[in-house]
Amino acid sequence: MEATGSSARQQARDWIEENFDPQLSLRAWLERLADSGWACPAWPADWYGRGLAPEQAALAYEEFNRVDAPGPPAGLGVMLAAPTIIANGSDELRRTFVRAVLVGDHAWCQLFSEPGAGSDLAGLQTKAERDGDEFVVNGQKVWTSGGQIADYGMLLARTDPDVPKHRGITYFALPMNQPGVEVRPLIQMTGESGFSEVFFSNARVPASAIIGELNGGWGVALSTLGFERTSLGTATGLGFRLTSPGGSRFLAQQEISVAEFIAAAKANARSYGVGGTAMTAGGIIPLVTLAAELGRDHDPEVRQQIVRLYTLGSANSWNGLRAGAALRARGRAGAEASLGKLMASRIGRQWRDTASLIAGPHGMLAGEDGPLGGRLASQLLATPGPSIYGGSDQIQRNIIGERVLGLPKEPDPSRTVPFRQLKVGTQVAESAAPGEAS
Amino acid sequence: MIFTFTDEQTELAATLRRFLQDKSPSSEVRRLMATEQGYDPQTWAQLAGQLGLQGLVIPEKYGGSGAGPVELAVACEQMGRALLCAPYFATAVLGVHALLASGDQAAAEDFLPAIADGTTIATLAVPEADGAWSTEGLQTRARRSGDGYRLDGRKSFVLDGHVAGLLLVVAQADGGPSLFAVQGGADGLERRLLETLDMTRKQAVLELDGVPGRLIGAEGTAGDVVARTLRLAAVALAAEQVGGAQRCLDMSVEYAKIRMQFGRPIGSFQAIKHMCADLLLEVESARSVAYYAAWAAQDGSDELPLVSSLAKAFCSEAYFRAAADNIQIHGGIGFTWEHDAHLYYRRAKSTELMLGTPSEHREIAASYLIDRAATPG
Repeated sequence: MEATGSSARQQARDWIEENFDPQLSLRAWLERLADSGWACPAWPADWYGRGLAPEQAALAYEEFNRVDAPGPPAGLGVMLAAPTIIANGSDELRRTFVRAVLVGDHAWCQLFSEPGAGSDLAGLQTKAERDGDEFVVNGQKVWTSGGQIADYGMLLARTDPDVPKHRGITYFALPMNQPGVEVRPLIQMTGESGFSEVFFSNARVPASAIIGELNGGWGVALSTLGFERTSLGTATGLGFRLTSPGGSRFLAQQEISVAEFIAAAKANARSYGVGGTAMTAGGIIPLVTLAAELGRDHDPEVRQQIVRLYTLGSANSWNGLRAGAALRARGRAGAEASLGKLMASRIGRQWRDTASLIAGPHGMLAGEDGPLGGRLASQLLATPGPSIYGGSDQIQRNIIGERVLGLPKEPDPSRTVPFRQLKVGTQVAESAAPGEAS
Repeated sequence: MIFTFTDEQTELAATLRRFLQDKSPSSEVRRLMATEQGYDPQTWAQLAGQLGLQGLVIPEKYGGSGAGPVELAVACEQMGRALLCAPYFATAVLGVHALLASGDQAAAEDFLPAIADGTTIATLAVPEADGAWSTEGLQTRARRSGDGYRLDGRKSFVLDGHVAGLLLVVAQADGGPSLFAVQGGADGLERRLLETLDMTRKQAVLELDGVPGRLIGAEGTAGDVVARTLRLAAVALAAEQVGGAQRCLDMSVEYAKIRMQFGRPIGSFQAIKHMCADLLLEVESARSVAYYAAWAAQDGSDELPLVSSLAKAFCSEAYFRAAADNIQIHGGIGFTWEHDAHLYYRRAKSTELMLGTPSEHREIAASYLIDRAATPG
């Protein structure tokens, strides 16, 4: 095992030696990286990857990070869309979309959740109706991260309301830059806008952009959600540390040289958030510093809580290492692999509670007046997010209970009722008449 | 490589699991916990003869199999799962690690072969009336007498101290805290079995009145020996806790699938399903932390002082939560004597408080993580 791991490292090192040139334009570098398979080395070798096991890919990433090589654009394209298309799409879709994500031509957003369909995603109401070689889309999506900058959306839409909810959904690659798509920013409780609402009025998508089968979108959606669960629960550090700007709106930024990009990214390092680091054992570092500054580092309760945070962060990393080791040894990971997302929410809460314990009255202050240059307040406000997005903690527990522990599912009469007859979303008493929801 | 179990380690777990299913079913645990002796000599002999477990970390030259902390963790995990009633932790973990840590070759030659072949039950007697595993402020004294020593004082919380043939007693000598070997049948030694919360592991008080003792290592070295032994023992105990916690989770899940209320299995209700999912997170994380610490010990990593304490603190709380939630998920039947849930609850609470509480271990970890002056090692 060590030998294959080392050879992945060595191959990466050799390739970097031969190909990494900081004088290249960022664009030229991304193309070179994509075509070599090193952009996402864990992807299949036929589709811009090298078919490496995650552990070997991690070793390769270390080599790229050693020279500060920028990776493909971060975002839902690399994280969700491309893996979903590789797993479920036609060769034509793979050719159209996979490389375009890696070189930054396309940024993606996820058009899944709706005002009436959150945890019960299959209750979605946005509909797509056939019109010749196209589908016409009407409805609304919400919590759309990156909606304003996306070139394409992973769209789930109802294509048959006369069958039960899971069986009438189709998965499309929807072009976002068209008149029928309107994106409105949504302000979240932090005061920032990380996501949007997306409205469709007679938006159009070609039938050739269906990922998987017509009315077979639920299974494809589950594969996307699987990629999401895995990546949200994974501690940062498994990948390129620097990622390039991507998407058609940022293509101009790819004209600078790799060297210029690295210099700018390093100058910007101050904006490095606690969100990622809080998930690993390293999340204690700003808190230890803060405790020392405020003279709280000898408070027994502070010390206890910092160690609890460190232990949870370590356990999360070690669960990941264990899953990787099991995958290499037995070809499959154990139960530990499915726990990352739930653990990440818990770590976020432990970070928040420890930080506010240390800060005391300073925890009431934000921005430049607040502890850690305002990071404490912004992290405190951001903490409720991870236990909701990407499948709430409650949904994660259902999934773990049912798929890992084999506990019986809750009886769900809605699974067998034609979608047209279902009640969906928040119903006001007087508008809850039968058929209203569809 | 870390977390990559060898075929031998996997086989050890499987073999021991089968052995314990046969030799340590609930009925046998209940029979033995009610006896004063607390273990079955025949099973003890088979553990040594058939499986070589008492000598797991004893070097081959002393009759052991020369394995390391990871194999010991694998064994302790299985024993914890089965609630094995045997003086294994006292002998093969505390006794063996203390003798090895002392660096006393003559003592190793004299004592380890008989431990490895199952003849000698050993234990380590550190705590006194206050129960602390500390070598500071010892009341038990050792004075020179001829070419040996005589010990006076009182040791408490001594695991399996009532049956051990070899008692490794820490006492204050002129040169400082020192380790002494005392024979189980020595003159002047009185032993009294304590009534314990966890009936599956016995503890005793030792009254020492001029008891002859043999110095192990040099005078004044027991502080280091005990510190090193405690770290390795904390790792083994954490693994034992993982085994017990896993069994509690398994019991909960099995029961939640078959217990019908309101016309359906209680495990289909989110109230129960979510408790089980949270327990899985606890147990799997505890396993990762315990085995990370075991590998740190195996590799001689300077992280051991930190991660052994993280493991002991985290696994203690995970086990107790699993044991307590297991009773809750079982409802009324879980609160009865006849159900095994309380046996795990007792073991969980007892091991949580043994070798330092979770808070004490977190404070040790804090000294490495927060007080920069202190470096692990």
